[in-house]
Amino acid sequence: MRAYFWRSHTKTIPAALTLTTALLLTGCLGNNEEDWNGKNISGLMPELEFDLINSQGDSVSGSDYSGRVRMLFFGFTSCPDVCPTALQKLNQATSGLDPKLQDEVLTLFVSVDPKRDTPERLAKYVDFFGDNIVGLTGKEPQLRELAKRYRTTFGYDEPDSDGNYAVSHSSAIYVFDREGNPRLLMRPDLSGEEIRRDLVALIQEDS
Amino acid sequence: MSLLDYLLPYDFSPLTVLSYMLVMGFYGIGLLRMPDQDRPGALRIFAFTLGVLICYAVMQTRFDYYAQYMFFVHRGQHLILHHIGPILIALSNPLPVMRFWFEKISPGWKRTLRPLGWVYQVLQQPFIALFLFVGLIYFWLWPSIHFDAMLSRDLYWVMNWSMSLDGLLFWWLIFDPRPPAITSSLGYGRRMLVLAAAGVLQMFLGAWIVFSRDMVYDVYEVCGRAWPLDPEVDQLLGGMLTYIPPAMMSILGILLMLRRAMHQDGKYTNHSKTLEETAS
Repeated sequence: MRAYFWRSHTKTIPAALTLTTALLLTGCLGNNEEDWNGKNISGLMPELEFDLINSQGDSVSGSDYSGRVRMLFFGFTSCPDVCPTALQKLNQATSGLDPKLQDEVLTLFVSVDPKRDTPERLAKYVDFFGDNIVGLTGKEPQLRELAKRYRTTFGYDEPDSDGNYAVSHSSAIYVFDREGNPRLLMRPDLSGEEIRRDLVALIQEDS
Repeated sequence: MSLLDYLLPYDFSPLTVLSYMLVMGFYGIGLLRMPDQDRPGALRIFAFTLGVLICYAVMQTRFDYYAQYMFFVHRGQHLILHHIGPILIALSNPLPVMRFWFEKISPGWKRTLRPLGWVYQVLQQPFIALFLFVGLIYFWLWPSIHFDAMLSRDLYWVMNWSMSLDGLLFWWLIFDPRPPAITSSLGYGRRMLVLAAAGVLQMFLGAWIVFSRDMVYDVYEVCGRAWPLDPEVDQLLGGMLTYIPPAMMSILGILLMLRRAMHQDGKYTNHSKTLEETAS
């Protein structure tokens, strides 16, 4: 009986399967109803949590900055291009916000180069990129833990004769809402204006 | 980094470690307890162990770290989980060990487990098996889904487990050692057709990745690579791993099936032949 079923439907079954897949794919791959410029990562990643030190040398955790929309970015202060460009862009995005909204956003710059980036050096570096930015770093295992949590990594190149070395790191900006839920992943090619629009939407969402 | 760091899991998954331990445990105990005449030879035991070990290694050692942050290593991981590992396991023919354990299951449990058998029979319909095998590769390599799978830890595990389980189902269907003339296993002609179709469909996808001028899988760019490799080289290598080895494995599978079919030619009296003889 079962064999008969399969034999008598040799054409129907493939057709039905193809149709189902097509429907599933269009359902899964359709655009999100919300129009974000960044990539929606709700539910894909764990909420914001870390155990690091700030540029004053005090230990801080994720809950210390809760209540604000936070943008997490990994980098290092000797970074020649990616980090300054990204931080400049974030500064542009936040400084263009309505003054009332500016304090609702905080950039967390995590240096993954603790050997060179002392808290003092980090403080000087982040101050250059506006007010609403915090420099964070930690011991390498702490940083590895955080990077792993957000599915990213970093690595060090061999130092040259002057002891300088490049650090490979993520170029993405992870955006968390006030509750610390992961919401958006900003690719580095977004403009300051596009980032700002997403930030405004996130701030106004639940205020 | 010490040797231990390379051998220990990057992302420890207790469920994965437990599953592999159970598989090896049941296989080992089955081997020891089963009657001598049923026990597989050394080469088969070796093939099985190697198949299981390489699948474990790409999931629960440092290899997994590189697979998460390098596209071509990720393709290598799936080549092992979806092809090489399951092929070795299927070719090792663990059927006697499975039969040994099956006989130990009480009739009540056998009744309870029966729905599992029905699901298995549906999944092993040649068209469905082919659809699942190729469909899963396309699904997880669909750029937006691939992006999500590499960002989400849960999706990542679902991806790797689905590849490995589907690999086992598919290659077992293909390399089922029971002769189709006298059992319900799939006929050799159909096995070869399924293999050829799977090969061609994978070549399309591999070629598309290899010859893509743009970055198709930019998640590795966004989240950082394990070491600073040129993104285009990474994508090219990954594409080649999707393109060439799977196609080669389809051809090898077809050759193996041809050999088996030739060996078994005329060995078993065909049911229809018996009918003809009785009729004449």
